[in-house]
Amino acid sequence: MVDPRTSIIDNRLSDIGRIIAVSSGKGGVGKSLVASTLALVLAEKGYEVGLFDLDFSSPSTHMILGVEGVQPKEERGIVPPVVCGLRYMSIVYYSGECATPLRGADTSNALIELLSVTRWGKLDFLVIDMPPGIGDATLDLIRFIKKIEFLIVTTPSQLAFETVRKLVSLLKELEIPIIGVVENMKMDNSSRIEEKTRKLGVKFLEGIPYDSEVEKAIGNVNKLLNTILAEKVREVASKI
Amino acid sequence: MHEWALAEAVIAAASQIAEEEGLREVTEVKLKVGELQNLELDLLDFAFSQLKPAKFRNAKLSVEMEKAEFKCRICGNTWLFKRNELDSSTSEAIHFLPETAHAYIKCPKCGSPDFEILHGRGVLLESIRGVK
Repeated sequence: MVDPRTSIIDNRLSDIGRIIAVSSGKGGVGKSLVASTLALVLAEKGYEVGLFDLDFSSPSTHMILGVEGVQPKEERGIVPPVVCGLRYMSIVYYSGECATPLRGADTSNALIELLSVTRWGKLDFLVIDMPPGIGDATLDLIRFIKKIEFLIVTTPSQLAFETVRKLVSLLKELEIPIIGVVENMKMDNSSRIEEKTRKLGVKFLEGIPYDSEVEKAIGNVNKLLNTILAEKVREVASKI
Repeated sequence: MHEWALAEAVIAAASQIAEEEGLREVTEVKLKVGELQNLELDLLDFAFSQLKPAKFRNAKLSVEMEKAEFKCRICGNTWLFKRNELDSSTSEAIHFLPETAHAYIKCPKCGSPDFEILHGRGVLLESIRGVK
C-alpha cells in the first residue's frame, strides 16, 4: 500500500528553479521576517517567486505581508493567490484565526497534503518559511524535495548559534546544500558568529543589525522594503 | 483533499506500480480513503475518468471509505467525525487540509483539542489489477 499523494510532489515542483528553506535551530531569530523579505526582494529583482509558510503551528508571514481577504483558487488542485507580487501559500487560508495544535504525524500529513495539491506553476524561487528546529517539517522536506537548499538564520546569541551548529551538522550528514548563515538582530560589530560560521565550513552571508523600524513595518510591505533589514537582505539575495 | 489533485496523484502512483509490475493495461485501481479527506466521490471518479492515460482506458476506480474516529488524549473519549454537524466553511477547510480538524474539532466530552485520529485520515493506494 502506498500513499499516492507522495507520487505527485516532484511533478508539482518541477517548474521551480530553486527551493530555499529559510530555517533556524531556534525560534525568535527573525526567520519569518528574513524569509518574507527575501521573497520580496527577489520579486523586486524581477524573479517569479513563491512564499510557502510551513510553520503550521505558528504561521506569521501573512501578518508580515498584510494578507487579507484572499483565498487560493481551485483549479485541478490549489493555485496560490498572488500577494504583494508573491505566490503565497499558508495554512491560515484554512485555519483562520484558530490555533492548530499538530503533533508529528499530523505535521507530516499536512505537509504532504499541501505539497501534493498546490500548483505553483513556473517559479524562479520558492522560499519556504520553516518552523524552528530539526523536527518533522525539516525531515519531511529533505525527504520529499530533492532540490531543497537551506538558508540558516541565527542571532548573536550563543544559544541560538549552538542550535545552528546542530542543524548544520544534520544537513551536512545528509548532504543537503547549505546556502549560508545570516546573523540577524546584531547589537554590535562583533564578528564572533561570522568566525564560528566559517569554522563550520559554511558561508556567512550577512550580518543584519537590530532594526526597531521593522516592528512598525509589519503588515506594510512598502515600509518593510525601506528598512535596514531589507537593505541587508538585498545583499543576501545577491549572494545566493 | 482536492479531488482533481488526488486523481492525478493516484494515476501517477498507479502508473509507477504498473511499470514496475510490467502491466500493459490497468483494469482496476483500489483506493482506501479516510472520511476526513471530505471527498466528493463522484467528482473524484469524474476527474479520474478525465485524466487517465491510454494504459488506464478500461480501468475502474474502486474506493473504500474509512470512517473517521478520534480519541481524546486527555480523557480517552472516542467519537466519530460527523461532517453534517460542521458549518460549510469548516467543512471546506477540512476538505482542503484535513489537519485543520485540529483547529475546529474539540473533544465533545472534555473540550480538549489534543486528540488522535484513530482512523479515517489519508489516502492509500491498496492495489492495482491489470494485464501483462
